[in-house]
Amino acid sequence: MLKMRDIAKIYRTDLIETHALRHFSLEVGTGQFVAVSGPSGSGKTTFLNIAGLLETFDSGTYELDGRDVSRLGDDARSRIRNEKIGFIFQSFNLIPDLDIYDNVDVPLRYRRMKTPERRKRIESALELVGLASRMKHLPSQLSGGQQQRVAIARAIAGDPPLILADEPTGNLDSLMARQVMDLLEKINDMGTTVVLVTHDPELARRAQRNIHIVDGSVLDSPAYQRRAPHPTPQADAAAE
Amino acid sequence: MIGYYVRLALKSFRRTPGLTALMACAIACGIAACIVTLTVYHTLSGNPIWWKNGVLYAVTMDSWDPKSPYDPAQPGLAPDQLTYQDATYLFDSDIPRHKALLTLIGGALSGAPGQSIPAIAFTDATTAGFFHMFDVPFEYGGPWSAAADRGPDPVIVLSRNENDELFGGADSVGRSILWNDQRFRIVGVLDHWRPEPKFYSLSGGGTGDFGGTTDAFVPFRWDVTQRHWPAGTFGCWGSSPINTYRELLGSECVWVTLWVELPTAGQRRRFLDFMNAYWAHQRANGRFQRPRNNHLWKVSQWLKMHHVVSDDSRLLLRLAFAFLAVCLINTVGILLAKFLRGAPVSGIRRALGASRRQLFEQHLVEVALLSLGGSSLGVALGALGLQGVHAMYAGSEAGYGAAAHFDVQGILWALALAALSTLVAGVYPAWRIGRVSPAAYLKSQ
Repeated sequence: MLKMRDIAKIYRTDLIETHALRHFSLEVGTGQFVAVSGPSGSGKTTFLNIAGLLETFDSGTYELDGRDVSRLGDDARSRIRNEKIGFIFQSFNLIPDLDIYDNVDVPLRYRRMKTPERRKRIESALELVGLASRMKHLPSQLSGGQQQRVAIARAIAGDPPLILADEPTGNLDSLMARQVMDLLEKINDMGTTVVLVTHDPELARRAQRNIHIVDGSVLDSPAYQRRAPHPTPQADAAAE
Repeated sequence: MIGYYVRLALKSFRRTPGLTALMACAIACGIAACIVTLTVYHTLSGNPIWWKNGVLYAVTMDSWDPKSPYDPAQPGLAPDQLTYQDATYLFDSDIPRHKALLTLIGGALSGAPGQSIPAIAFTDATTAGFFHMFDVPFEYGGPWSAAADRGPDPVIVLSRNENDELFGGADSVGRSILWNDQRFRIVGVLDHWRPEPKFYSLSGGGTGDFGGTTDAFVPFRWDVTQRHWPAGTFGCWGSSPINTYRELLGSECVWVTLWVELPTAGQRRRFLDFMNAYWAHQRANGRFQRPRNNHLWKVSQWLKMHHVVSDDSRLLLRLAFAFLAVCLINTVGILLAKFLRGAPVSGIRRALGASRRQLFEQHLVEVALLSLGGSSLGVALGALGLQGVHAMYAGSEAGYGAAAHFDVQGILWALALAALSTLVAGVYPAWRIGRVSPAAYLKSQ
């Protein structure tokens, strides 16, 4: 699903250069549930942004779902982001003045789907996360856990093969965190690849694979082997 | 997607009603100022008989002093009026479809029923062709005949205003009136006819380029037989004294305007040949010692040559555009601040699949709606402003009041301005928001 080879990303200012990722290589197979952890500033978010085509990189190659996406223009990157990737953020990132229905609708709008098809997908996604009865509510009228479930519904409404989740439980209490993880596992069980960035070893332990990033490189890949509902490619991560 | 973008724009306006109103007002004020000045400017510089622009011509020949030009500031120009002898000779040509001699004379009208004191009347001495070539509308009666021109007969045509004043607006055709104590028979009363600028008598002076009206028209040859000295501007050169009217007619003084209607290129060429032949003949007899400068002026060229539009109007126009630019720059600043404040939401949209182009389109639709609101308000304010100008300058000599009408062209100008201001005000902020890196905002939401 995701194959990065020798990726380097450097942030430059007039005075300094910061190597966010260096010789970063990683393979994630289709249907895997991968947890990515590492200390603050290690490059987890940069990895996620590059994986999600939100940022470009300086060198290396990146294949997503069998296609080289290293040097695509903005339109093509946006289209792939819209069709292949679902994002879940720590701070939910719902659009405050759109109701729940319209929030879930956003990625579908950019895919130029017809109204009946969009409605079907939105209702089905909200039903999956248990919020079908709250469609006309604004995000501010929901709890943190409910907002994150809306964000999950938005991520899966377009049926993308890859979900990128950046500390999705970071702002939630443990009960809600567990519910969100249950949902992610459910989505993964349906065949969607999930890459989860987390600080929480408890949550990481629930993933099939664990990737540890230190100083912009993949350090190791301890396998907790919580469960293995889908085939797992061998030696996915190459530590430097 | 346009419908979706419109919905998002309306939500955005509802989210920041104060800012939205401020921007709409800024655009409206700038557009209103431009509408008022553009309309006045357009009217002042416009050709009131544009449909005959390539047909009507004012005639000039350089009969002036061989030692110095008529106007030292513009030495290439011939005098804008003709001598009596040149004007009448050229007038007798049968090449033009219509032709008119014209000069301004002073007079007073009296003898109307119930009139106690004479009314001063700006009077043009002209020929019957004047009414035909300038498409002058009549409320009662019509122009005098060509025979009355040759007669000459004491016939008179009154303006509508003058007829209202003297006869209460009644049909006065066939009645008599005294013009400078001489009896005239009224043959026609004009309908509303107030060309602005008053293109046909720019060189004659007297009633101003704008706002001035001609109160009465009398036959040119009657005027000559009665020996009325011209009341408009006229210029003479040479040392011979002019003490009598006969001396004026035979002098090199220029005081008669000649208009000709030449609908075809062939007619124009033939008339110019006719002028050139006359010029050569006169030169051989000792006149026209300056280089040949025979010219037929279109109405638009005639207006331009007479500098009908004042420098003040041009300055005002520049100031209005500068004001619009200031308003638009302020709007750009506010839009930029507003859009960048919404950058996190744009970041989310980018993450969910919106391309830069789609974000650009979304924000441009918002700007277009804002501009539509602002320009609608601007058009309304502009109409009010023009009414204000009309009220302030009503009856003034400058004629701005009469010039300040909001017409279809004014509305088209306003719409063009609105479209342009949309582009100017909206493109940069909309483009700028598309360049924002989405990743920078997703973590900080």
